[in-house]
Amino acid sequence: MRIIKLSALVILVFSLSLNAFAKDPSSLINEIVDEAASVLSSNDPVESKIIKLNTIAERSVDINGIGMYTLGKYRKSITDDQKSKYQKLFRSYFLKSFSSRLVDYTNPRINVVSQKKINDKYTIVNSILEATSKRPQVKIDWRIYTKNPERPLIRDLIVEGLSLARTQKEEFNSIIQNNDGDINALFKTLEEFLIK
Amino acid sequence: MNKKVLIFVIFIFSLFQVSFSNAGENGDLKLKKEKNEHYEINDCFEKVNRGIFGFNQALDKVIFKPLAKGYRMFPQPIRSGTSNALNNLSNVVTIPNNILQGQLKDAGINSARFLINTTLGIAGIFDVASYYGLNKKDKEDYGQTLGVWGAGPGCYFILPVLGPSTVRDSVGSLVNIIGGDAWYNVTIANDTQYFSEADYYASRALSGIDFRAKNIESFNSLEKNSVDLYASVRSLYLQDRTRKIGNIDKTTETLSDDDWEELDSK
Repeated sequence: MRIIKLSALVILVFSLSLNAFAKDPSSLINEIVDEAASVLSSNDPVESKIIKLNTIAERSVDINGIGMYTLGKYRKSITDDQKSKYQKLFRSYFLKSFSSRLVDYTNPRINVVSQKKINDKYTIVNSILEATSKRPQVKIDWRIYTKNPERPLIRDLIVEGLSLARTQKEEFNSIIQNNDGDINALFKTLEEFLIK
Repeated sequence: MNKKVLIFVIFIFSLFQVSFSNAGENGDLKLKKEKNEHYEINDCFEKVNRGIFGFNQALDKVIFKPLAKGYRMFPQPIRSGTSNALNNLSNVVTIPNNILQGQLKDAGINSARFLINTTLGIAGIFDVASYYGLNKKDKEDYGQTLGVWGAGPGCYFILPVLGPSTVRDSVGSLVNIIGGDAWYNVTIANDTQYFSEADYYASRALSGIDFRAKNIESFNSLEKNSVDLYASVRSLYLQDRTRKIGNIDKTTETLSDDDWEELDSK
């Protein structure tokens, strides 16, 4: 009887601790939006802002996952060496374009409005980027990868229904396809972008 | 219809036929209407398209972008009023398409909005209808209606000045000039004493500038961060049309999980 009680207690504590560590996808978005807004509205020099934004991205975005997704059908045909080279290049490309897209915004106001769990692996968080005098309100949805509930990661941004990951995938695939399926053409393009 | 337009119509329809027959062969080209399925890109004239795209980019740099920046200098109420009036005018195309797509409730709401905003809202400058609880609905066009009826997009191509399109969307645009657009009918097709051709062209030009002005930063960011801008614009255009044809508002219904699923299973 004592063993049963002890086992029940262990299970209870274990499940409670699991819940305690599981992070709500909406909280993740709220956290990073607040953090990014504070970086962007600070008086730090641009270089410092970029470093801080990249730190946020590395912590909360599944860069490797997005990288493999954007390769599309070509991810099946690359060698391990090419894969490793691609992942390094993609990480640098992603961080450069991510911070470059964000750094122009001075104080973006994003409000999380709802979330919908698609399955155990994905939850979509819906948010609104508030309107300014220059542009109208923009709907932004976040695809959150929740396979590890303790560490949810962003895998896609869907702006007014347009998926950035899908756009990126079609862009990369176009480059490879127009070079007779040679992935080295994509490596060269990414290298050129990085030294720009 | 003059001879040039007729030749263009025949050319467009012949492309449509090609796209349908191709769809029959590989089943890829037809827009898949089921949830979580996506289009395949059918860029039949990519080399030519890239050339026209480059031309349009140059035109944008010299004409449209500066105009959009100038337009931005007008006070916000003037820009909002212009945008509202143009949106109101687009109802004359949206309402028949609502009906053709079987969206009778939306047709009713848009008709009421058009009547209220045109009269009380002074030619649509003020969105009075929203004040009465008649909120704005998505725009519809004949290209979308053809999509809803099951027509595939056909070849993707770039039109000089006008930008991205597909065979289906171009056929849809043709419907506007053969009687489907009441605004075109009263300004260009028929000689009325109230409106002139210039009114139509001014409204179209203003729509383009208004759209460009709302997207200056987004376009800049896209140009700056794309490694193949042409492919990015093509992807965004086709995604947008798929979403509009499906009349889907929720992200969970527009995304294909296939690639992600495959990625996770590795």
